[in-house]
Amino acid sequence: MGRDTLTGSRIRDRRMILGIRQAELARQAGISASYLNLIEHNRRRIGGKLLVDLAQVLGVEPSMLTEGAEAALIAALREAAADSGTPVAELDRTDEFAGRFPGWAEVLASNHQRISRLERTVETLSDRLTHDPHLAASLHEVLSTAAAIRSTASILAETGELEAEWRDRFHKNLNEDSLRLAESSRALVNFLDESDTSAERRGVPQEEVEAFFLAHGFHFPDLESDQQTPQALVAEAPQLVSDAARLIAKSALEQYQSDARQMPLTEMAKEITTYGPEPSALARRFHTSLPVVLRRLGVLPPDILGQEAGLVICDASGSILFRKPVTGFALPRFGASCPLWPVYTALQRPDMPLRRNVVQQGRSVLGFECLAVAWTHVAASFDHDPQYHAVMLILPRREVSQDAQPVGASCRICPRQACEARREPSILKEEF
Amino acid sequence: MSRHVVLIEDEPNIAEAIRFLLTRDKWQVDVHGDGADAVDVIRAADPDLVILDLMLPGKSGLEVIAELRAVAGLQALPVLMLTARGQLKDREMAERAGVTRFMTKPFSNAEVLTAVRDLHAQAGQLDPARADSGQVPS
Repeated sequence: MGRDTLTGSRIRDRRMILGIRQAELARQAGISASYLNLIEHNRRRIGGKLLVDLAQVLGVEPSMLTEGAEAALIAALREAAADSGTPVAELDRTDEFAGRFPGWAEVLASNHQRISRLERTVETLSDRLTHDPHLAASLHEVLSTAAAIRSTASILAETGELEAEWRDRFHKNLNEDSLRLAESSRALVNFLDESDTSAERRGVPQEEVEAFFLAHGFHFPDLESDQQTPQALVAEAPQLVSDAARLIAKSALEQYQSDARQMPLTEMAKEITTYGPEPSALARRFHTSLPVVLRRLGVLPPDILGQEAGLVICDASGSILFRKPVTGFALPRFGASCPLWPVYTALQRPDMPLRRNVVQQGRSVLGFECLAVAWTHVAASFDHDPQYHAVMLILPRREVSQDAQPVGASCRICPRQACEARREPSILKEEF
Repeated sequence: MSRHVVLIEDEPNIAEAIRFLLTRDKWQVDVHGDGADAVDVIRAADPDLVILDLMLPGKSGLEVIAELRAVAGLQALPVLMLTARGQLKDREMAERAGVTRFMTKPFSNAEVLTAVRDLHAQAGQLDPARADSGQVPS
């Protein structure tokens, strides 16, 4: 049954759930019962005021009865079915299910969305608890201070005769440690409570840099037009608290500016509109290299690129130097990433571009096209080996390609227990 | 048996409390707050027991214990490790490295005292040569 013919069925189902007779609904909506009968049997299309009137009588939003709302609902149901990991026999009847039981379908879809959100929260928290150096240091400080207080208080309470000198010293220690505990506890709570955009919450320079780029949507119009310098942008950025973060951000902005000069925004927009975002073609048209193209495509505003894009740049050790998140593709905040990412394959053969379809397990199963290439960051000389960097552009795809390679985010939060590239056990079960 | 302990702990107030506690229990306590030269300090002191913090400046407690176990004559020296990290994997790593007993912060004084006495008694049974005038613990 086509989704555009189901509005009538949904009106009928809703009416019957409410126990309203057809004639009564017709009367309240100001139409004849025979006309409503035709509508309910999907033999008359309706819209506009009549749809609003019927929805009002039935106590639902008009969108519940319309095609647009159902399309989103059906997409959510299909995603839930795909994520379940087991074949759903009635997948071809998703439209009918959403049309006949919109309430239950909403429950299913919203529960699936909630599970996805919780999965992401677990991943983020797990990642932070296991790898965040700031959090580990804060917890250690709290526990050490608690240990000192407990030992000292115990001595004062349990030791019968205590020399005055010792007693005074322990009182002083207790006072110092209690102040320290109050401070460290408050700092820990603030650290855990603060939002992702808070400067105090970030403990490592990369997080400050990421917050800075996120605040700008990874796009700097004044830098594109040479009306601003990287140094000036960094100087006025409230997100960049530490010297290390300012240094990293300045270097990233200089790269951005250099790329933008080679591939100006207006010309890129024109080329992409005409020919699409094919990296090799763009490299030829702008007489530039593929790393520049991939870096540039990765930070283009979505309205110019025509879609969302993620970007990862790493050095030869695999450490991530720059990351731009993209919906559905988990990028670990700390520690090493999944060794199966195409960016690491690219590192093994510099200057050889590669294109891989991948699927990231353990989350909503979404397909991604990854384009990666490694380049000589520092040229070799007689006494020095070359230094390589690699870039990976991550483009979400609606469907998971047949040849998609499964990849993870990082071993610790990856559910693929049997993966041959695994470095350490996962905290997640296979079916998570 | 002699009662000599080296305490490697960078947190001064914890060190002071433990030192007080053990001194009252008739122990000679040497306190040191850095991991970098901890092994040298232990070798020079030749104690009956070591209390070792895990997170130390200079060198971690795990590095210290690994080096200690490589020194001839110190393989069996009882080591009580104190740490704020109490996960199973931390305990396993510490045991693999050669720690005799593992204790997580915050701990009670009674726990520390009991652990020190137990380790000392066990070591005495294993190595009667370290016994001295036969002073009995209180």
